[in-house]
Amino acid sequence: MNRFLIPGALLALALVYPLLVQSLPVYERLGALVLLGAIGASAWNIVGGYAGQVSIGHAVFFGFGAYSSVVVYTHLGWPPIAGAPLGMALSVLLAAAIGVPTLRLSGHYFSMATIAVGELVRVLSSTSEFLGGAQGLGGPAIPRTVFDLSFLSATPFYYIFLTVLLLLLGLTWTIERGRMGYYLRAIRDSERAARSLGVSVGRYKLYAYMLSGAFTSLAGSLYLCMFGFVDPESGFGILISVKMVVMAALGGAGQLFGPLVGALILVPLEELSNSLLGGQGAGLTFVVYGAIIVIIARFLPSGLLSLLDRRKVKRAD
Amino acid sequence: MSLTLLQVIVSGLLLGAVYALFSSGLTLIWGMMNVVNFAHGDFVMLGMYSAVMVWTALGGGPFAAVPVAAMLIATLGVLSYFLLVRHIMKGPMLAQILGTFGLALFLRYAAFWYFGANFKTLPDTLVGGSFVFMGLRFEGSRVLAGVMGLAITLLLHFILTRTAVGSRMLAVSEDATAAQLMGIRPQRMQALAWGLAGAATGIAGALIANFFYTSPTVGETLAILAFVTVSFGGFGSVLGALVAGLIIGVVESLSAYLVGPVYKDVIVYMLFVLVLWFRPQGLMGKA
Repeated sequence: MNRFLIPGALLALALVYPLLVQSLPVYERLGALVLLGAIGASAWNIVGGYAGQVSIGHAVFFGFGAYSSVVVYTHLGWPPIAGAPLGMALSVLLAAAIGVPTLRLSGHYFSMATIAVGELVRVLSSTSEFLGGAQGLGGPAIPRTVFDLSFLSATPFYYIFLTVLLLLLGLTWTIERGRMGYYLRAIRDSERAARSLGVSVGRYKLYAYMLSGAFTSLAGSLYLCMFGFVDPESGFGILISVKMVVMAALGGAGQLFGPLVGALILVPLEELSNSLLGGQGAGLTFVVYGAIIVIIARFLPSGLLSLLDRRKVKRAD
Repeated sequence: MSLTLLQVIVSGLLLGAVYALFSSGLTLIWGMMNVVNFAHGDFVMLGMYSAVMVWTALGGGPFAAVPVAAMLIATLGVLSYFLLVRHIMKGPMLAQILGTFGLALFLRYAAFWYFGANFKTLPDTLVGGSFVFMGLRFEGSRVLAGVMGLAITLLLHFILTRTAVGSRMLAVSEDATAAQLMGIRPQRMQALAWGLAGAATGIAGALIANFFYTSPTVGETLAILAFVTVSFGGFGSVLGALVAGLIIGVVESLSAYLVGPVYKDVIVYMLFVLVLWFRPQGLMGKA
């Protein structure tokens, strides 16, 4: 029972959070941003954490989601959220197209290939007139129906994001508990050993990659619904990929709540440094990001949550 | 062959020699320790800024900037090795990738914060303008960069294959424990490799600063170029990096000329993905 006490209390807190900060729009927005960050990082976690395939090109899927949403508005006049399923479907196909060649690569080689694919898509998107070129595209300026999801406060987004995050974490939890979870962790620890025990390594890596891509794309669509604008840099930029990796790694890659913990720390940090330092601070925020990454890699390669595990082990002795 | 096409190819070769030089630093570390330095492009970027600073502070041209950049980036390399890489080398894959990637972000945005986002350029006239030879037009800065790039890459290859220090480094890369039993200190050799790679990278940065825009984010593009070059040339081979650098320089120039400047990166990245797909051990690497 104790096992459910802390998550239950946290969930209750998450549910009432907007009520607690009702008159403080900054904090309503911050809550929504934390959840959005956690969705992206949790999606990355499936392939990057559990399966150990460190993709630094997940912005491809994020951008696909964001652009799908804005394109159905610009070219068809649909509400942006209607682009979300389209973006997810396209991202699954795209993940298959990228994954089949690149997932054969191991370790560094896979990471490099994902960086190159990400940059390739970014450069191509900025030359495409259909996607608004380097200027990007904007969603509906004035809400036409409630489906345009245009709200004055960030609270409706907060609850939408919370629902999606809970679904994603529930799905991840189911995978973690099931056969696929064991397969993915076996692949992460030793691909060769997993293969020799009969795990179809290629297929499960691809499943993880496609699932991860689909949810990253959903995060992109949700981003567009909230911000109403996307350009090549905010959709496909390498920093979008980096943020997902860093949040997951800070909290603990390959752990259910790792990405959420990372987002809880990094998103407020980024917002704080942006508001304190203004435009000049943009550079400094990522200096801090870089330093945090180096420190995690050097001293805490398994993330913050591993500190809790260590304590548990001691207590058991 | 038309003269324009020949001109394009020659410029490509000159550029390629510099690509070879900064990629040889990456391939050296990769071959020796099986570590990918994701901050490599940002080492080049800092080399470029050292040249800009030498020029603005002292008014010195590339000949003053080259040794300064070499020393600064070599120091940075050795420091990165002792403070970071040495510790993460044996860690999990995620930590290995994140370690140097975090370093890359740190350096890139520290430069962004310190130097500002604007492009900086060195005056054209710093290296004697341009001249015409056999109907082809040459820019002094590009010729200097190409020739020095070629010379230093060959020198690096010579050091690695023909000297006692080179043999020791090779011994460490083959089997660190065995090398240690032969009285070679692996850490010292690995630190030396980072120093050598840093020096080569710094020089390359100082050389291209004469004709490239210097900006904090230029390292990202250059890093991918170096990855492409190394994956073409085979991981760990300086000579392979030289040949691959020249090929990529020409491919880039030709695609900028034939398809359009916007697509030159696209074509190079596509080549990269294709090479990784068909020959993950490198185009010229051994299986």
